[in-house]
Amino acid sequence: MALAYTPGLKVKKEITLQKTRRLPIPGEVLVAKGDKVDFDTTVARTRVPGDVETIRASQMLGIEADDIEELGQYMLKNVGSRVSKGEIIAKRTSFFGLSKAFVESPIEGTVEYVSDVTGQVTIREDPVPIEVKAYIPGRIVGVIQSEGVVVETAAAFIQGIFGIGGETHGQIRMAVKSPENSLTADLLESSDKGKVLIGGAMVTGEALKKAVDIGVRGIVSGGVEDRDLKDLLGYEIGVAITGHEESVVTVVITEGFGKMRISNKTFELLRSCEGMEAALNGATQIRAGVIRPEIIVPRDSVSTGELRDDRASFSKGMQPGMMVRIIAEPFFGAIGTILSLPVELQDVESESAVRILEVQLEDRRKVVIPRANVEIIEL
Amino acid sequence: METQDSRLSLDLGKIEVILATDCGSTTSKARFFKKINDEYRFVASGEAPTTVEAPYEDVTLGVRNAVREVEELTGHTLLSDEGIILPSKGNVGTDLYVTTSSAGGGLQMMVTGVIKTMTAESAERAALGAGAIVMDVISVDDGRRTFQKIDRIRHLRPDMILVSGGTDGGTVRHVLGIAELITTAEPKARLGVGYELPIVYAGNKDAREQISKILGKKFALRIVDNIRPMLSKENPEPAREAVHELFMEHVMSHAPGYDKLMRWTSVPIMPTPAGEGRMFRTLAEMRGVNVIGVGLGGATTNVYSVYDGKFVRTVSANLGMSYSICNVLKEAGIQNIMRWLPFEMDEVAVRNRLRNKMIRPTIIPQLIDALVVEHAVAREALRLGFAHHKSLARGLRGIQRQRTVSDLFEQSLEEETYIDMMRINVIAGTGGLLSHAPRRAQTAMMLIDAFQPEGVTKLAQDSVFMMPHLGVLSTVHAPASLEIFEKDCLVRIGTCIAPQGPTQPPGSLVATVHLNMPDGDRCSVEITQGELKLIPLQEGEFADAEIAPRSNSDVGAGAGHVLKAKIEGGVVGIILDGRGRPLVLADDHMMRRRELIKWFRAVDAYPQAALERYEAALN
Repeated sequence: MALAYTPGLKVKKEITLQKTRRLPIPGEVLVAKGDKVDFDTTVARTRVPGDVETIRASQMLGIEADDIEELGQYMLKNVGSRVSKGEIIAKRTSFFGLSKAFVESPIEGTVEYVSDVTGQVTIREDPVPIEVKAYIPGRIVGVIQSEGVVVETAAAFIQGIFGIGGETHGQIRMAVKSPENSLTADLLESSDKGKVLIGGAMVTGEALKKAVDIGVRGIVSGGVEDRDLKDLLGYEIGVAITGHEESVVTVVITEGFGKMRISNKTFELLRSCEGMEAALNGATQIRAGVIRPEIIVPRDSVSTGELRDDRASFSKGMQPGMMVRIIAEPFFGAIGTILSLPVELQDVESESAVRILEVQLEDRRKVVIPRANVEIIEL
Repeated sequence: METQDSRLSLDLGKIEVILATDCGSTTSKARFFKKINDEYRFVASGEAPTTVEAPYEDVTLGVRNAVREVEELTGHTLLSDEGIILPSKGNVGTDLYVTTSSAGGGLQMMVTGVIKTMTAESAERAALGAGAIVMDVISVDDGRRTFQKIDRIRHLRPDMILVSGGTDGGTVRHVLGIAELITTAEPKARLGVGYELPIVYAGNKDAREQISKILGKKFALRIVDNIRPMLSKENPEPAREAVHELFMEHVMSHAPGYDKLMRWTSVPIMPTPAGEGRMFRTLAEMRGVNVIGVGLGGATTNVYSVYDGKFVRTVSANLGMSYSICNVLKEAGIQNIMRWLPFEMDEVAVRNRLRNKMIRPTIIPQLIDALVVEHAVAREALRLGFAHHKSLARGLRGIQRQRTVSDLFEQSLEEETYIDMMRINVIAGTGGLLSHAPRRAQTAMMLIDAFQPEGVTKLAQDSVFMMPHLGVLSTVHAPASLEIFEKDCLVRIGTCIAPQGPTQPPGSLVATVHLNMPDGDRCSVEITQGELKLIPLQEGEFADAEIAPRSNSDVGAGAGHVLKAKIEGGVVGIILDGRGRPLVLADDHMMRRRELIKWFRAVDAYPQAALERYEAALN
């Protein structure tokens, strides 16, 4: 593939970042343009329709199948009526009052539907309130009527490659000394409760468990063992759609699975932010990079113009001189500079005939790599 | 602005240049065909990552990049600022542009019926037949409580719902009950917030009026003929057609960039499995044989069978080789994947490798070991996809049959698939991994290990992954599609001869194959228990064979009976498979690895140096 490459993940020291915060269904926006918000400021809220319960009312009343259309005449509560749990909503008397049958509501809610075809009655529970928080501190720069807002902040911004757990925030602590180190359980302290810990090449399974026990909010690491994530969650992740895991610490992996030295740039940037409050989200959805996990460290001010247009860089493709990172064996994680991009297909060790590129690694070695196996490093 | 309709007025005789694309979940593939010396031939291909999702959110960017690669390779200009140049003039433009698509998750449907094994199963088959991924099947008797069903419907976010239930003239109550569940749940469409979710009603015709009342207000309802007008008859075609129409009208028009792509194409965009399926069907019809086809993709595994004229298609969502690779891990289990590795590899390392493929789905195995790991996963994806297929390739339920006493003893068989592997004549594969396998013998081994053919079975594959392209092309230019299919698409891998019968001690004789080779030579080769053997026979060559199985083995003529057959050669040759059915791998790791190496060596599946390295590690 001539243009086959994974667009590089962003590691930005300072950018002006905008986040759209949207309700799942229309509701009420609670802030106005220009307002200042914090991590936990509620910016919008709504009420999603409650769960429903259906009752086979005609059956319970002993109505014959051919007479189901008569159900309405036995209803004590009609569509739209409020009912409490256990309240009688329908009654049928037969045999001159000798036989009585009742239908009680199994839940508190509102009668939504009475079917004179199937004999079912639907009761809906009260709406459930849903709130959307600002997630990052900053200023409201846009309001989407009845739906949400756009929050803008100056921040350091790092995208990971995979994560678990949802949105959170906490104070950054460098838990390891260098990018090669693993974040092991003994490096966690009880004072880490509520913090975001930065590891190096790996976070161990024991460290993950201890982090949950202590109440650590987030962990950032170069790599993790798949098996440890499985143990932590109690199940195997099938399709890579994450972010909804409950009762776990939010984890952001920046390089990949296995022991993967966290990139110097990422590590140093996070070190420079130690002690600052960071927003973190492990949500990942891998479909050509739809959603990647992220770490956002709000800053007071930034120089502008750092955001690049992905679409422009995509259509330009790879060029000699660009920096790339190799994302598969045998040079997984190595960084180099593109020397050439031959047009012809070339056989690699697996005998696959692929389009390749020649790369000069940081240690001066020249290697041949399938174009699909590198990602461009954004400078 | 040119519409699709205006582009349909084509003079087939004037078509010299054809461009076809498939927008897959991972990559967009362009295929370029030209009329050369009065024959339509495949000329070049181009591939680029699919761009249907963020940050690009415009499918045409990936299409342009794939087509640009074709331009670079051929010097033929196809793109302008507006899109694809139509018609052709010299080295510029194309006369026909067609495309299939499974990008962005393909067509995702939920189906409902009254009885799980009757109308719900018919609806599932119809949706799958239309090339959809079936997210869930809801029925009155599916074992879930009402609130659980409502909760499920509410959270699924399908592209479309197919509602079936009841035979014509039967009771309407149950199907209306299902409709009430749907209206209560108020499911929302996956793509686009502001449009009505399409629902196809293909149930009891007597319920139509009330269905309109219940579903008509909240959804884009389309009513078609009953999918199961009577218990003994399945009528999937009207529902299938409605699904295709709604796919274009509602779903595709809301996917990012598809409004533009729809204006570029000469005929409507077709779901990828629908395109693939057409070609497997063509293959079966051309030769009058039973065929199993498989499209192993990045996100899904699509299996097709044409058996005694009956066509069934299944799409196994989340069994695939890139995005879905870890779902294969989840469904098959790590041990089932690792059993196909001829070398020692730590479970942790295998897991991490698959996860790294999942998070960076476009990477290509550069090293032979990485390729072997992918092939191990592929065997399991194919095996699971075929198991899913067999669960739907079975007779209609609910039909009263007269039974004899002997039938009573075989009653359980009714539950099983009607596919008898002994009667499958051809197994064919397509999809990126199978088409791009560096050696055709690798594809042969993956197909044999996963599908376990019995008797005499031809093996074929798509040369460079163009079956979906030819499938959609066949809707507008069938002769061109067929010509390219025969000449450039279908690669004859060879023929597998696999006796079926009780396992014998290793090395013992299972059958003897006497061959009259095309050059006049005669040879006899023994099929022995636990062994694979390869007899070279070129593509396009045939050998007359007499296959004599031992008394309790069968090669298609009955246990112990000699089968006479014309055996077709291929790029690999004739594979004699004495490993037994079902194929059971040794429990002992060392023995299993030794056997895998022996089998791979027998068919020259992997480079000799790699096999020697694996072997040395055993000693």
